[in-house]
Amino acid sequence: MEGSIAGLRETFKSGRTRSVAWRKNQLKAVIDLINENEQTIYKVLHQDLGKDPAESYRDEMGVILKSANYALSCLDKWVAPKKAELPLVFFPAKGEVLPEPVGVVLIFSSWNFPITLALDPLIGAISAGNAVVLKPSELAPACSSFFIETIPLYLDNKAVKVIGGGADVGERLLELKWDKIFFTGSPQVGRLVMTAAARHLTPVTLELGGKCPAVVDAFSSHSKTKVIAKRIAGGKWGLCSGQACIAVDYLLVEEKFASTLIELLKKNIKRFFGGNLGDLKCVSRIVNKHHFERIYHLLKDPHVASSIVHGGSVDEERLVIEPTILLDPPLDSEIMTEEIFGPLLPIITLKNIEESIDFINSRPKPLVIYAFTEDGTFKKRILSETSSGTVTFNDVMVQFVCDSLPFGGAGQSGFGRYHGKYSFDTFSHEKAVLHRAFFPELEPRYPPWNDFKLRFIKLAYRFDYFGLILLLLGLKKP
Amino acid sequence: MAREVEKKAVFDTDSAKEVVKELRASFVAGKTKSYEWRVAQLKALLKMTEENEPQIAAALRDDLSKPELESYIYEIAMLKNSCRLALKEMKRWIMPEKAKTSLTTFPSSAEIVSEPLGVVLVISAWNYPFLLSLDPVVGAIAAGNAVVLKPSEIAPATASLLAKLVANYLDSSCIKVVEGAVSETSALLEKKWDKIFYTGNGRVARIVMAAAAKHLTPVVLELGGKSPVIVDSGINLQVSIVLILLHVCFLCDLHADILICVFQVATRRIIAGKWGCNNGQACISPDYIITTKDYAPKLLDSFKRELEQFYGKNPLESKDLSRIVNSNHFARLSKLLDEDKVSGKIVHGGERDKNNLKIAPTILLDVPLDSLIMNEEIFGPLLPIIMVDKVEDSFDVINSSGTKPLAAYLFTNKEKLKEKFVATVSAGGLVVNDTTVHLAEHTLPFGGVGDSGMGAYHGKFSFDAFSHKKAVLYRGFACDAFVRYPPYTRRKLRLLQALLGGSLLSIIRALLGWS
Repeated sequence: MEGSIAGLRETFKSGRTRSVAWRKNQLKAVIDLINENEQTIYKVLHQDLGKDPAESYRDEMGVILKSANYALSCLDKWVAPKKAELPLVFFPAKGEVLPEPVGVVLIFSSWNFPITLALDPLIGAISAGNAVVLKPSELAPACSSFFIETIPLYLDNKAVKVIGGGADVGERLLELKWDKIFFTGSPQVGRLVMTAAARHLTPVTLELGGKCPAVVDAFSSHSKTKVIAKRIAGGKWGLCSGQACIAVDYLLVEEKFASTLIELLKKNIKRFFGGNLGDLKCVSRIVNKHHFERIYHLLKDPHVASSIVHGGSVDEERLVIEPTILLDPPLDSEIMTEEIFGPLLPIITLKNIEESIDFINSRPKPLVIYAFTEDGTFKKRILSETSSGTVTFNDVMVQFVCDSLPFGGAGQSGFGRYHGKYSFDTFSHEKAVLHRAFFPELEPRYPPWNDFKLRFIKLAYRFDYFGLILLLLGLKKP
Repeated sequence: MAREVEKKAVFDTDSAKEVVKELRASFVAGKTKSYEWRVAQLKALLKMTEENEPQIAAALRDDLSKPELESYIYEIAMLKNSCRLALKEMKRWIMPEKAKTSLTTFPSSAEIVSEPLGVVLVISAWNYPFLLSLDPVVGAIAAGNAVVLKPSEIAPATASLLAKLVANYLDSSCIKVVEGAVSETSALLEKKWDKIFYTGNGRVARIVMAAAAKHLTPVVLELGGKSPVIVDSGINLQVSIVLILLHVCFLCDLHADILICVFQVATRRIIAGKWGCNNGQACISPDYIITTKDYAPKLLDSFKRELEQFYGKNPLESKDLSRIVNSNHFARLSKLLDEDKVSGKIVHGGERDKNNLKIAPTILLDVPLDSLIMNEEIFGPLLPIIMVDKVEDSFDVINSSGTKPLAAYLFTNKEKLKEKFVATVSAGGLVVNDTTVHLAEHTLPFGGVGDSGMGAYHGKFSFDAFSHKKAVLYRGFACDAFVRYPPYTRRKLRLLQALLGGSLLSIIRALLGWS
């Protein structure tokens, strides 16, 4: 392993990854990899998570194709140096900010969107001209093997490597020196990654999760309420069964609307996924036994169990948990203190929807706040009084496919950001470059110091050019 | 004095907890978020600096014997400029940035909102104790954060002046100075911050980042490194003579003192960046020079000549040179000079005055690359010159060191060489034909890469360093693509492929069932 990483460093030093042609080639190869292996990818995602092809395409392959195409179309613009304006005192001079690759980078991806969360950062790393090691999650073993077998067939072996394995391999990788570490996963492991990175002063991007609330306020018309319920149901259970960092974790709604909302959610569950547990369709399974137990454990708390208003049954054989709705489970129960990361949806009722701001603020900063509301003032309050990675009004999840929006957390949900140009920036160093000419030369910059020089400098700092001329002509009195 | 020591010793984890609690309460109450508060604090900071220039210069003289003019140029004026710029531009900085949305999410609008991170910690350094303490604070205030500043204990006069001034001028419920050394810093680092901004060395930076990891706190690390200067032998001085004469004609009888011959611009700019910046104790000071074997003797001659013009025949007596900050650093620098394979290489200077902590500008020629002086940041008035056969070889010398410096400088007239320098040398910032001036340029991000740190600041970059960029997406209720929802069918899959592709034509084709 150490040897192959030394090889990557050699490749990076040789300058091969810096050429724009190389970057474009690699991006095209990512596109080919997806297009030419469509059926295999459906298969491995089904093996690891029971994902339906349409879900796989919507959340994984489609996202990657979109990102790679976007990067291809923008790359020439991104790599161009940005001019920086300089004041006249520096004349003649030219300032620019030049993005350069950081070097050899390490990407840890997560199991819930094994294709997207591995290749999306990879696209950023390649676009920025880095050599990359990808360590896919061992909890999605079929996808991990797919990468190990397929990436070498498409991407430049000398610059992009996939290293499979579990926590022990992860630890060994973390002992090495990287120029950037990009991690998607849990806060616990995020801490370990950053602590290890500190030894080598390696910058990190941490994409974590958190309990993402959805504030539901707009009930002005029944048709809108129906849209809300549909979007929430689709976004919660239709997205890897709630095993997504941006999935809705719980709902905040006014007491009087709770029953309407629950009825509509139930209807949508039936329409989307079918009747009872045995006939569930289009529902991803829980990734493994361990997570199944974890989620099941959340439900077993008697106070929580008594709050179930829909679902709650599980199929241990198939690792499937029914879409489950809970009404007002105790706020100190684990289901309300831990990130759920599964198909359970607690609904917390409030007297007044404005209380949701305090409710959210008394908990760690989430990755996303969803708010369904048409009230402009309330929108403003949510924006200015709460903090989260993203705020999405009147929909769920769609922010993930906006290339123009930075994707990333705040506080406990992580730091650093990616998607679109932000992915490129995440893997680039913005080098400041100042070009100066030899003349004219400002003498007062140099010692020995005297009062004249001090006055000159004071004027220069204020960009007081008139004053400077007066001073030079001896017309300015101290 | 004894009482003061006692008072400082009681700043422990509990006191840190209290400080953070108070500031967090102010932040949560929304005090620091208002535009008016930010303006008022920045104005107060500006006023504080303007009204206390003599005291600030005096503190810097106590801590470092810093010449008044240097204090003015690099600390006081720079800070005032930062405040003024933030006051002028802040309105624009805090405006949400519109973001484009695609067909995939139609109809929608999007923006990126800058919001304060919360309660932040600034730990600063002793070499520019005034500027490096308050310049990050300007960014933190502009972005709407509550701040704790921990100035360096190695510049005690400035630290206590800062504590006094900040308490007098700024809103003490949101901005506080905590004085102290290792134990106080450790107590602060145990707490949860929303950002830590550290200026200093790599060893402490690792401790800071590891402490930050416990709370998942993002960090900016402003470190140093061995910033090289490449001097190309081809700097042609004769071409410039005409310009020099013009210079002279225009100004001759007015101010003879500013006319000192313009010969050897490169040399003077290196001197200004090295010894004129706190006697080399600056993170962006030139650390060593690389030049060709042929040119080295000429360069050395011009250094000798210019140094004498600047600092006189006996530089230890010069009022225009800072002293070494303390005896530890004096001993560290002495050790670098006294190493066996290095001590014989001194070709200029080398005089030391242990009692007054002064070291004269010292140049060493052809020191071995495996010597101590070539393997750690010098951070003092010693300047080794490394010789190469061809100037192009300099890039290998820099890149083979394996570490990325904070700054790299090149003096040349050759366009090709400039291009190659910009493309192959990785450093926080590059300057062609000058040294250190990029620091004063607020449109350029200032920060390191690799071992010289991470994150950047100055101007808008300071504001950004202390802001969270919140993505906001507004959607309407209309236009819900049914394909987003289960049950999934083959037709939905095709339509999805078209939708994510963003091509209107293929969407229509898919809708009509043609694909």
